[in-house]
Amino acid sequence: MSTAGHEEAAANAPTAGEYIVHHLTQWNSTGHAQKDVIDFSVINIDTMIFSVLMGVLGLFVMWRVAKSVTSGVPGRMQAAVEIVLEMVNDQAKGIVHSAESRKFVGPLALTVFIWIFLMNSMDFLPVDLLPTIWQTITGDHHAYLRVVPTADLNGTLGMSTGVLLICVYYNIKIKGMGGWVHELFTAPFGSHPLLYPVNFAMQMIEFLAKTVSHGMRLFGNMYAGELVFMLIALMGAAWTASATGVSLFLGHIVAGSIWAIFHILIVALQAFIFMMLTLVYVGQAHEAH
Amino acid sequence: MNLNATLFAQLVVFFILAWFTMQFVWPPIVKALDERAKKIADGLAAAERGKHDLELATKRSTEALREGKEKAAELLAQAEKRAAQVIEEAKATAKTEADRIVAGAKAEIDQEAVRAKEQLREQVSALVVSGAEKILRREINAQAHADILATIKQDL
Repeated sequence: MSTAGHEEAAANAPTAGEYIVHHLTQWNSTGHAQKDVIDFSVINIDTMIFSVLMGVLGLFVMWRVAKSVTSGVPGRMQAAVEIVLEMVNDQAKGIVHSAESRKFVGPLALTVFIWIFLMNSMDFLPVDLLPTIWQTITGDHHAYLRVVPTADLNGTLGMSTGVLLICVYYNIKIKGMGGWVHELFTAPFGSHPLLYPVNFAMQMIEFLAKTVSHGMRLFGNMYAGELVFMLIALMGAAWTASATGVSLFLGHIVAGSIWAIFHILIVALQAFIFMMLTLVYVGQAHEAH
Repeated sequence: MNLNATLFAQLVVFFILAWFTMQFVWPPIVKALDERAKKIADGLAAAERGKHDLELATKRSTEALREGKEKAAELLAQAEKRAAQVIEEAKATAKTEADRIVAGAKAEIDQEAVRAKEQLREQVSALVVSGAEKILRREINAQAHADILATIKQDL
């Protein structure tokens, strides 16, 4: 009798492991969890929806401000946008010295900062809120949904690959195709036929390492942050009408508050770091070795 | 943490968003910021100019005040001098006039005195003659002694 009751409960409520694995599975175009580690025929619908949503939201707000912008006394919204823009512009000026390039790099850095900040901020929503709503809407209680696009490696690597392409573009634009190829084979160790393959290998490793670490850094932070929120949620979910259970509930409140407050820092910091690295990499593309 | 086509989709979205910002968000805000910076710079310059102008005006007004005071003092001194001069002139004129009047009076007095003397002399001589006549009626012929009488009259 008791064993049967236990089994029934286990069937209804997922175990901690199942809960986390379920929460970390993307809603993708196949309708089930992705089998292979790399499969380019699959696309994560949830990541796309939320990243586009956040991008459109951020840009829409800034666009509204830009449309009614005044050089006179600014309103609060305009002042807020101006503060961010000036911060980004100052950083861009300090790192990318070409004013011509800054016409694109400045807006790029601003977009990166605002967009990542908003995507990271999806972490502040209760971990079960949007998935539960989604499961209710679809009627499928096992429907997958992840709401933080930056906690999806595809999202962050997509952006860092974008930065890589921009770096390649500026390398060619500033140094010329020949100049850049010359640099690929002669830097960092020097111009000698024997050193050409070594130099080229180093350069390739450098580009790969930059791009992967750029994307992985953001992904790792947000993924870990999300995971901690899930663990805290599990703690609250395990509460019962016993002393241990109540203390778990209180632990959820305390740990959840502390982690959410700390996460505000991480959200802003990671957005800032991603933006700064974007500027640094583009700046490096402007400098000859 | 699987890799799939989301990566490329995200890459495209990334470029679209960056393009949008470059096209519609960044330029107007940066322009407004530059304009405001210029406005503030102009305002500060104008304030500086105003301050400078005020300083100049204060200096000029002090200068004008000082000049006015000097001029007034000068005029006062001149007026005093002129007054003194007028008084001196008046004094001199008065003295001359007085001298003239005194001289005239003196001359008149002298004349009067001469005339009186003359009259007196004539009267005395007449008296003397009449006296002498009375005394010498009997002995002296007036016609005969006229020359003597004339001499006497002259000596009186």
